Amino acid sequence: MRPSLRNWLLLAPAGAWFLAMLVLPLAVVLIFSFGERGPAGGYVPAFTLEQYANLPARWTAFKNTLTLAPFGTLLALLIAYPLAYFLAIRTDPKWRTLLLILVIVPFWTSILIRSYAWIFILGGQGIPSLLALVGLENVRLINTQFAVLTGIIYGYLPLMVFPIYVSLERLDKRLLEASSDLGSPPWRTFLQVTLPLSLPGVATGCMLVFILLMGEFLIPAILGGGKVFFVGNALVDLFLQSRNWAYGSAVAVTLVAIMLITVTFYMRFVRRWSAGRDDVSLM
Amino acid sequence: MRIYAIAVYLFLYIPIGIIALFSFNAGRHASQLQGFSLQWYGRALSNTFVTDALTTSLIVAFVSATFASVFGTMAALALQGVRGKPRVLFDAMIYIAVMIPGIVIGIATLIALVTAFNWINPLMAALWPQGFEPPRLSMGYGSLIAAHTLFTMALVIIIVRARISGMDRSLSEASADLYATPFGTFRQVTLPMIFPAVLAGFLLSFTFSFDDFIIAFFVAGSETTLPIYVFSSIRRGVTPEINAIGTMVLAVSLILLIAAQAILQRGRRGSARPAA
Repeated sequence: MRPSLRNWLLLAPAGAWFLAMLVLPLAVVLIFSFGERGPAGGYVPAFTLEQYANLPARWTAFKNTLTLAPFGTLLALLIAYPLAYFLAIRTDPKWRTLLLILVIVPFWTSILIRSYAWIFILGGQGIPSLLALVGLENVRLINTQFAVLTGIIYGYLPLMVFPIYVSLERLDKRLLEASSDLGSPPWRTFLQVTLPLSLPGVATGCMLVFILLMGEFLIPAILGGGKVFFVGNALVDLFLQSRNWAYGSAVAVTLVAIMLITVTFYMRFVRRWSAGRDDVSLM
Repeated sequence: MRIYAIAVYLFLYIPIGIIALFSFNAGRHASQLQGFSLQWYGRALSNTFVTDALTTSLIVAFVSATFASVFGTMAALALQGVRGKPRVLFDAMIYIAVMIPGIVIGIATLIALVTAFNWINPLMAALWPQGFEPPRLSMGYGSLIAAHTLFTMALVIIIVRARISGMDRSLSEASADLYATPFGTFRQVTLPMIFPAVLAGFLLSFTFSFDDFIIAFFVAGSETTLPIYVFSSIRRGVTPEINAIGTMVLAVSLILLIAAQAILQRGRRGSARPAA
C-alpha cells in the first residue's frame, strides 16, 4: 500500500469524527444564531441580527464572567507562583516529581465533587459556625462572590502551577549563581533574572485558566446559588429551560468570539514582550 | 516558603479529606462525627438510581476511551507522514477540540444532533417497510459517546504524538532494512514503544469521560450519568450518601491517574518531562 494512501486511511476515522462532531455542530450554532425562536422553542430559519441586538438582556452574566474570570486568574497566579518557585528551585529533586504530581492530580478529578466539598466548608455548618464560636454571628459565605472565587482558585490552581513550574525548572540555575556572585541581593536576582525568565510559563498558565473560566458553569452553579452567575449558567438556562436556541446560539457565539479576541491580543502582546524566548506549552 | 507550600497542599487536600471523612460518618448530620460506619456506601450502592447512573457512566467512559485510543493513535501515527495544508487543518481541529469550552461543545452537539434526528427520523419512517416499527434516533448513549470521544481523541493524539516525536527513528528504519513488512515493523517496533502513551491516553480519557458533567448535561437525553445524578442531588442539599458517592468517584479517578502517571513515567524514563 502506498504510504500516503495508508496515512489517509489511518486519519479517516479521526477526521470524520472531527468533521461530524466539531466542525458541523459549531457551524450549526453559528447559523442558528442568525435565526429566530420557534413558537414552542427550538429554531426557525431566518436571517436576522435580532438575537445579537438582544444580547444586553444577559449583560449581568457577561459582566460577571468578564470581571470574575480575570480576577480569579490573577488570584490563582498570585497563589500558584510561590508554590511553583518552591517546587522548581527550593525542593530536593528527589521529591520534586512526587510533589508536582500531588498538585496536578486534583485537576484531573471531578470538579463537581471538589466544588461540592466547598458547600460543606462554606455552608452554614462549616466556617460560619466556627466564626460564630468566636463571636462573629451571621457571616454568610456560601452563594457569594467570595465562594465562587474560592471555588475558582481551588479548581484551577493546579493548571496554573504546572506551566510556571516547567518554565522555572528549565531555567539555567547558573544564572542565579552568577547574579548573586555579582553582588545582587536575592530580591534583585528574582526581579531581574528569575521572574522575566519564567514569564512564558506565567503567560501560558494565565491563558489556560482564563479560557476555562470563560466557559465555567459548575462552580457558579454550585457555589454562587443563582446569585453569582456566569455566561455558562445563562447558556444552560437558555438551552435546557427556555429552549431559546437562536438567542442561546448568539450568546454562545459571542462568548467564543470574546475568548478568541482576548486570547489573540494576549498572545500578540506576550510574544512582542518576550520576543525570542522559548515558549512553554502545557502539552 | 516551606510553610507556604504546606498551606497550599492543605488547601488542595482538606476539602477532599472532609468529604471522605464524613462519608464514613455513622450519624446523619454533617455537623458532628458520630463514629465509623459504611452504611452510606451500602445505601448508595443499593439505590438503583445510583447503580443505573454508575453503569451508564462506566459504559460511556469505557467505549469512548476505547474509540479515542484506537482512532487517536491511528491519527497520531499517520500525522507523522502528513505535511502541508492537511496537517495544518488537522492540528487546528485538535486544538479547537481541546480549547473550546465544554459547554459550547455540549450545546453545539445538542442542537446539531436534534436537528439531524428531526430530518432523519421521518425519512426512515417513510422508507421503512410497512408493518414494522421504524427505529427512532434520539439522544442517549450514542450522543454521549460521540461527544466524549471528540475531546478525548484530541487528548490521545497529543499524548501519543509527544511519545512518537521522542522516539528513536533509526529503530524502525533498521527494522525495514532487515526486511520486516511495514505491519511487522509496526507490531514489533513501533507499537511496543508507543504503548505506554496509548495506555496512559486511554486512562486519562476514561477519567475525563467518567468525571464529565457539562457535556453530558446537554447530550445525555433521557440517560443519567453519575455526575448528572450527583448534580441534581446537590440541589436538594448535602447528604452523607453524596459524600459516599463523591469519595468513590474521587477514588476511581485517583487510581486511574496514578496508574497513568506511573505508565508514562516508566515509558519515558529519563527522556522527556512529565505532561499534565
